[in-house]
Formats: sequence, C-alpha cells, structure tokens
Amino acid sequence: MISGIFHSRYEDDMALRRTHAQKIRLVILVIAFITFPFFADRYSLTLANQVGIAVIGAIGLNILVGYTGQISLGQGGFMAVGAYAAGLLTLHFGMPWWASTLIACLFTALVGVLFGIPSLRLKGLYLAIATLSAQVIILWVVTHWTAVTGGNDALVVPSPTMFGIKLNKDFNFYWVVWSIALIATLLTVNLFRTRFGRAFIAIRDQDIAASVMGVDLFKYKLLSFAISSFWVGMAGALTAHYRSIVTWERFTVDVSVLYLAMIIIGGLGSVTGSYLGATFMTLLPVLLTNLGRATKDTFPIMETILPFLQQGVFGLVIILFLIFEPEGLNKMWKNAKDYFRLWPFSY
Amino acid sequence: MPLFIQLTLTGLTNGAILALAALGFVLIYKSSDVINFAQGEFLLIGAYVIFGLVAQFGVAWPLGMILTVLIAVALGIAVERLVLRPMIGEPIISVIMVTIGLASLLKAIVGAIWGTIPQAFPAFIPSAPVKILGASVGEDRLWAFVIAIAMLGLFNIFFTRSREGIAMRAVADDQQAALSMGISVKRIFAWAWSIAAVTASLGGMLVANIVGVSGELAGFGLRVFPVVILGGLDSIPGAIIGGIIIGLLESYTGGYIGEGLNQVLPFVVLIVILMVRPYGLFGQEIIERV
Repeated sequence: MISGIFHSRYEDDMALRRTHAQKIRLVILVIAFITFPFFADRYSLTLANQVGIAVIGAIGLNILVGYTGQISLGQGGFMAVGAYAAGLLTLHFGMPWWASTLIACLFTALVGVLFGIPSLRLKGLYLAIATLSAQVIILWVVTHWTAVTGGNDALVVPSPTMFGIKLNKDFNFYWVVWSIALIATLLTVNLFRTRFGRAFIAIRDQDIAASVMGVDLFKYKLLSFAISSFWVGMAGALTAHYRSIVTWERFTVDVSVLYLAMIIIGGLGSVTGSYLGATFMTLLPVLLTNLGRATKDTFPIMETILPFLQQGVFGLVIILFLIFEPEGLNKMWKNAKDYFRLWPFSY
Repeated sequence: MPLFIQLTLTGLTNGAILALAALGFVLIYKSSDVINFAQGEFLLIGAYVIFGLVAQFGVAWPLGMILTVLIAVALGIAVERLVLRPMIGEPIISVIMVTIGLASLLKAIVGAIWGTIPQAFPAFIPSAPVKILGASVGEDRLWAFVIAIAMLGLFNIFFTRSREGIAMRAVADDQQAALSMGISVKRIFAWAWSIAAVTASLGGMLVANIVGVSGELAGFGLRVFPVVILGGLDSIPGAIIGGIIIGLLESYTGGYIGEGLNQVLPFVVLIVILMVRPYGLFGQEIIERV
C-alpha cells in the first residue's frame, strides 16, 4: 500500500517523471508512437497527423487560456496567419519548408502580441470579445487582400522536401509533426518550471495579487500571447505544408471554438489535457461518421442528418463535460489512476 | 443627399433590430453575469418556429406569434434550469463555453428539422417600398423599426416601474443583498432567460420577414457583439445607442466606401473603444479588490 511518494535526492524530486509507473508508461507510449506508422494504414496515418497538428495548436492555446487565464477566441485567425505566412514564403521566395515554418511562427507571435495589447486593460468577457474581433479582422484581411493571399481562391503551396524526400506523404509527415509536437511538449512542460511560467500561473490565479508581488503584467501577458501564438502559428504552418493547399475556410471562428473545446474537454492548464482533448475532439467526428455509415441501412435518415448529428454531439459533449467534469479528461484519467492505485481501499 | 438619407434610413432600421437582439444579451448579463453566445441561435429558433407554424402547419399569424412567444419562454426557462444553473460559481471561460456548446446544439437541432436551404418567409408585413424625403425604404423595415423601438420602450418601463423589473436590477446589482430582501434569485434568472429568448425570437421574426429564413440568421449573434460592447454589457440605453451607431456605421461604410468593409469595421471600432474605455461607452466600471 502506497502512502505517498518519497524521494531522498533533489534530482529525483525535480524530475519530470518521478515514479516508476510514470516512467514505464512513458516508455510504452514512446514505443507505441514509434511503431504505430509501420502498422497503420494510410487513413489512420492521416488521422494521426491531424491529431498531431491539433495537439500542437491545443498546447499553444492552453499556454494562453489554461495557464495564463487570458480567454482567446482568436485561435482560427492566428492559425490562418501561420498558414498563409508559411505558404506565401515558400511560394514566392522559394524558402525550404522549415525556414518558412519558423518565420511564419515568429510572425504569428508578433501578430499575437499585437492583438494581445488590449488584454492589458481587458479581462474575461471583454477580452474574449476583443480576441473574437481579432479573428474577424484577420479573416477579413485574408479574404479581401486578394493581391497577396489570393482571396477566396486556394493558395497552392509547393510540396515540402528534405534530403530529397517528399514530406507531405502521410508516413513521412508523421515523423515531422510528432517530432515538433514532442519539442512543443518538452518546452511547454519545462516552461512552467521557470520564472516566466510561474508568473503566467500567478496572473491566471489572481492578476492584481501577482502585480502586487512584482509580476510585470504588461510584459508577461504579452509574452504569453507571443509564446502561445508561436505554437498556434506552428499548427497553421504545418497544416499549410501538409495539405499543400491553404484556404480561409479552414480557419473560421468554428476552429477557434473547436480548439477551446479541446482544451476545456482535455483539461485547462495541463499539457496531458491538451493531448487528450485534441485527440478526443479530432476523432469524435470521425467516429460519428463511421457510426452513421454503419447504421445507414437501419436508419436511412442518418445520411441527411449526419452533419447535424456531429454538430449537435459537439455541443452536447461540451455542455456535459462542463456540467459533470469541468476539469476534463485529464481529471478523469487521474481519477482512474487513483482508483487503481488505492484499490481495494478507495477511500 | 438622397443617398445619405437612404443610407441613414437603412442604418436606423438595421440598428433598431440589432438593438433588439442586443437587449437579450444585456438582460442576461445584467441579471446573471453570463454572456449568451447562443443569442443568435435563439433568434434562429424564433424565426423557424413561426415559419414552421405559419407556413407548414397553416396556423393563423396572431396565434402563431403567441405560440412562438410561449415556446421561447419554455426554451429560456429550460436552458436556464438545465444548462446555466450548474454553472453558477464556475469560471468565466466555462460559462462562455457552455453557451457556445448550447449554440452548436441548438443550431444542429434546427438544421436537422428544417435543413439548411434558405426558404422564403411568408411575409406578415408588406415589403412594398415607401418614399421618405426622396429615399425609398421597404415598409417591412419601417415596421421592424417601429416594433423594435416599441419593444425597447416597453422594456424600459418594465425595468423602472414593474416589481419584477426592479427585482431583476436588484439581483444584477448584488445577488446576496437581493436574496436577503426576499427576492428569489432563481426565479429572476428564469425571468431573464425567458425574456431574452422572447426578444430574440421576436427579433428573429422581424429579420426573417426581411431576408427570409436560413441558417445565416444565427450569424446575427456575432454581429451583435460590437453593439453590446460599444454600449457596455450592462446598459440598456447603451444597447439601443450602440445598435443605432453600429447600424449607421455599417450602412455608411457600405454605401460610401464599399461593400465588404462594413462587415469588419464594427469590430475595428470595437477594439478601439475597448482600448479607450474598457467597459464600453455606458457600462459600469467594476472596482476590483483582491
């Protein structure tokens, strides 16, 4: 029976994985990730890549919303900035994919800071609406600045290559997207062990108290917008390179809502939660589509109402999670672990 | 000059409808500190319910209207009781998100029943153009303007004269103090949500009469944000003035500068106003204490 976790060395206490169970789970997870593409068919690989992009975007949004407490409804707009910047840089300047991605991320960070400026005076609802207008303004610019973005026409991006290998094949892209996701995860987990990350959390918990204790709200809020937008831009840029086609329809306000739903259902202020939420919300519509196809013969009406079923279930899942498990999948996972750890004496 | 008058008339009538939709937001925010992202969907439901009753079941207009209002009341109470009450005391982001989820659910229900193809609305107000000062404006728009203004006037009287209205303002001001004065906060919340649903569905009827019924009506919810922010989330006169300012702004930019810009300008104005006055033009500044 375990009564607690005890360490006798500081190194052990500060490690990211502190128990044997955690280390074993990590090893299993890594093996699963490495072997997965060799067994999976093309369809599952496509889904895995989509989940990977969503994970990067969700981690980015979680830094801003979950850790710093600044509500943002502008995710779709910032992803559009990343995607268009990466696409245009590759298309017009012939940049290699990694260079255009990096510059696109930095540019998105800059745009994020610009739209983050109102956060200095705004909180909560008012900030949510200010970021919503960022979304509207960015998408308007994208659709109306026809000379640069092509307006309503799709932007066709040359295929990314590295060492003569085409990267936008599902199998090859898997390694790209998940390596970047790994980097994002490591950087983010460690971010919240530094001065900056702790300042973000202090701002979330009580901004006035944080500023009294010497946290420069101006600096740290903008920094949070920058770091968050960097990863969100990364998700956008990867979408551009993966799909080779950029259209504004991929970055509407619905996308902003989808990503918010991911981090809320996954768990605010948790990297694991970003993973769980991104996976869940990406696979849910796929699952419903398959369900619809399977029951098509029994319920012929399924075909016409399927899109509405997806939309309705999306809304319902958000509502049910917020009412019954506001801390999301991450909390459910913890509860499950606790149950087995303490079994059979669950009290 | 005729163009100016034309644009002003269009702007005023649009603004009045926007103000009516904004009123629902303000009502809910004032009494329960919740911002309802599903307001556009309430509008959509109002329009489709009366469309279904009148055009599909052949119910007479006045009866259809009364039934729609009753359904809106039921919807408002159900939403408050089932979705929003468990959210009391939760952080703002949860409350925002739950209304977004609700919006998605309501839109899906409407879509599953009526489909997404836009349909002509059986006009209950004639739309023949009327000449005013050399500019022509649809009669339905004028009626929409008159009805919207009348509704706003009625609400103003409700809030200043009636027992329930004053109780609602008391709850908005301080829930605990209101409770200790014997006001049932739960009942006030139910009131606020059903009134908001009713105003939205009336707004839906007016808009549908002008543009027909389609899923696009829900987009009205998005257009209302600049209005409520401009006026301040907790101010009823603010909602009216904000609605008219945004209506005129959209109309003038559309007419003088070019179509397209009028969709985004309200949001630019919104950000500028928030930078200068973070609580809107007429909103109440909240003093925070740690």
